[in-house]
Amino acid sequence: MKAFNIYLTGVGGQGIGLLSEILLRGADHAGLRVKAVDTHGLAQRGGIVVSHLRFGERVYSPLILEQEADLVVALERHEALRGVQTALKDGGILIYYDTVWQPLDVRLNRKEQVSEETIARQCEKGGIREIKVFKDDLQDARMQNVIVLAHIDKHELIPNVKQEHYLQAMNDLMQGSMLEANIKLFEEELKAAAFLG
Amino acid sequence: MLNNTFCQVPGIGIKTAKLIWQRGAIMKTLGELLLKKEPFSEIVMGNTALVRAMIESYTRVITSYPGSPTPEIAEAIRAIPQEKRPFYFEFSTNEKVATEVAYGAAVNGHLSTVFFKSVGLNVASDTFVQLNHMNIIGGMIVVLGDDPGANSSQNEQDNRHYACLSYTPVLEPASPQEVYAFYKEAAKLSREKGMPIILRLTTHVCHAKEKVEFEGWVPRALDKTPRFDAQNGPYIPMAADVFPMKRRALRRLDEVKDYANRSPLNQVVDHGNKNRGIITMGLPFLSLMDVLERADVKPDVLKLGVVYPIPGNLIKEFLETHAEVKVLEELDNVVEKEIKLLAYDRQLASKIIGKIDTEDWIGEYTPDKVYEVLKKTWPDMLPDRKVHSVAISDVPARPAQMCPGCGHRSAFHAIKKALKNTDITVADIGCHTLGYLPPYQVGELMMCMGASTAIGSGMSLFNDTRRVVVFLGDATFFHAGLPGIINALFNKHRITLILMENGTTAMTGHQDHAASGRNFNEAADKIPLRQTLEGLGIKHVWEIDTYQQSQLAAMVKEAMEIDEFSVVIARHPCMLKFTREQRRKPGHQARRVDIDQEKCQRIYECIERFGCPTFTRTDNGSIVINPDLCIGDGSCLQTCPSEAITKPEAV
Repeated sequence: MKAFNIYLTGVGGQGIGLLSEILLRGADHAGLRVKAVDTHGLAQRGGIVVSHLRFGERVYSPLILEQEADLVVALERHEALRGVQTALKDGGILIYYDTVWQPLDVRLNRKEQVSEETIARQCEKGGIREIKVFKDDLQDARMQNVIVLAHIDKHELIPNVKQEHYLQAMNDLMQGSMLEANIKLFEEELKAAAFLG
Repeated sequence: MLNNTFCQVPGIGIKTAKLIWQRGAIMKTLGELLLKKEPFSEIVMGNTALVRAMIESYTRVITSYPGSPTPEIAEAIRAIPQEKRPFYFEFSTNEKVATEVAYGAAVNGHLSTVFFKSVGLNVASDTFVQLNHMNIIGGMIVVLGDDPGANSSQNEQDNRHYACLSYTPVLEPASPQEVYAFYKEAAKLSREKGMPIILRLTTHVCHAKEKVEFEGWVPRALDKTPRFDAQNGPYIPMAADVFPMKRRALRRLDEVKDYANRSPLNQVVDHGNKNRGIITMGLPFLSLMDVLERADVKPDVLKLGVVYPIPGNLIKEFLETHAEVKVLEELDNVVEKEIKLLAYDRQLASKIIGKIDTEDWIGEYTPDKVYEVLKKTWPDMLPDRKVHSVAISDVPARPAQMCPGCGHRSAFHAIKKALKNTDITVADIGCHTLGYLPPYQVGELMMCMGASTAIGSGMSLFNDTRRVVVFLGDATFFHAGLPGIINALFNKHRITLILMENGTTAMTGHQDHAASGRNFNEAADKIPLRQTLEGLGIKHVWEIDTYQQSQLAAMVKEAMEIDEFSVVIARHPCMLKFTREQRRKPGHQARRVDIDQEKCQRIYECIERFGCPTFTRTDNGSIVINPDLCIGDGSCLQTCPSEAITKPEAV
């Protein structure tokens, strides 16, 4: 298999770390050779968190070359656009959770908030497949990552990694009520997504 | 104290390794994995692989001071229940103290390890530079978390210079698997020679994850005998003893030169290229291998595992068999200089290409950086990078912020009202440093741990017009803040110190400190800040919770009017830590504030001056709450002139 590069991005506190571990361990369960690294300077304090995931035999560094990611997974709208611009290759895939955590300059009224249209326009330019995800009745923001995971699975965005592998990974990482809640949400979202086509 | 019952712990048979996700780390069963007696493989980060290597090497004493990129080493240690840890671990008050504790244990015969971040070595340096003058009978490894790219440090200093300064060998792994293997090799070497060895990690080696193959571990009973013997010395570097001690240090370094030549840690990647070769090390090696995937003709590669002292014979051979050799080296030209020296001495004719311009000295050698460096070196070797068709527009930057509910935010919002425009504010290291950002812009200069009070003291000299206020966190107070405070008192500097007390070492992941009421292992009496300051003889000390904004502002005003050293303790527990703890409690009820749109007069105090990230601007100019962010602390209520923010309510 040719190297497959995933650039995962969002804001500190959104649950990037867990999603990254699920994708990484899912790929491992699928028999892929994996490398990854999280880059989080001061992420806990509302900064950007990025996780690089690389699958394949001829992969050395855990870091992806700029504009060479096959897939960008973003948990926030501004970070989706930033991810497309810095990381994604032409013809790649963007999946993002369409929530907004306004950056400082937007809150201070110094910069415009990024719109969904801007992202759509940029994706079109780069021949990028754009998948936008949102669930408006979600109780806990820290479970947005599971909604995104369900859609990664539904669209089979990562070659060779199947639903059973993601479930195995979730089983590795969580237990008790947290595991139950996450699996339930994952399966419900898959069903809902299947219904919508 | 160290409990030796671990020796009797029966083998933990785990069929399926469930790794529990908690606080961003994989906990609980990780502890069981790390103590497994059978060989196993697991996806772990470099920091975790290091802990298994320490266990397999029978390291008995481990010390540290928290700092990125190394705190996850302690998180992995925490995953092992204290009574099962086959070693003693502590977070010491600073890196120098940590180094001294580890050294003390090692001259008593216990293999020890100290780990800390890059700039931590500056703090530890007074002790560190002496280490190789000593006969460290137990062996001692210094694990450095260097930070090329300055991801979370105030500079990207190249600590290999300290290795040259102190005649200390450096091993440099590139991946988690190598972190594991290199530590074990370092431990062996250190014990054998009785000398310190540096294991130099960099940020993305610490945090890289891959499946690591671990060997088995046979627990061994702890030998508690204190083996210190002055006859093994001298241990007092004074007068006539200094030269023999230095001679021994240099002799040992020579011995390591021999070791370097036959070390299994060096590696040659032979592409059959007689013309071009590259000498590299650490993470840049992995970047290089990725980049070379795109080259039709690949240079041969010599990857150094021992980077100081360099393996002379190996390098000589490599130089002799290649017409041109590029030294691909992150940060400074430490190895390049050594290689050029060697080529001169041995009259080797091959062309050595080191750093070409200033940019080569700056930043992490990521695959992108290595591509650029190699393009500059040999333009024909690699194809031009493709540029994608997506336009690069201006996405608003997202600097780190103080968290919702953070006591520092309330403090800055209040203190700003007590300050004049001409006043000078000096920040220190910690979450409160973020006060320099808009909208507060409090803290106009910052240097390093604990420096604020003394810098502020200097700024107050000859200065009768601009008052000086300095900030310091509580962990930093103990780490390196005290000498500056004592100096201010002793030399009568007329400044105001605001001690930002949040009860934890927040920025690095909530490690306990001397005023937290716990050390890493157990409950410990809090060292009270106020009594400590008063005990020193500071006459003017105020103390208040930062949520009491108007009182805090009044106190700061009062303190600044006094013509002597004064201190205001501005305390509020870290709300990120507090909220996480609350969420874990059964029956926890989330709370949020709201904005009464009828009352809101769009003064924007909440979003533009108080600046909690919860406040969100809508298209029509109204302000709403981001329900994902608000923790319902209510610290914002007092900031709204039109009282439009409603009391926190359960949701």
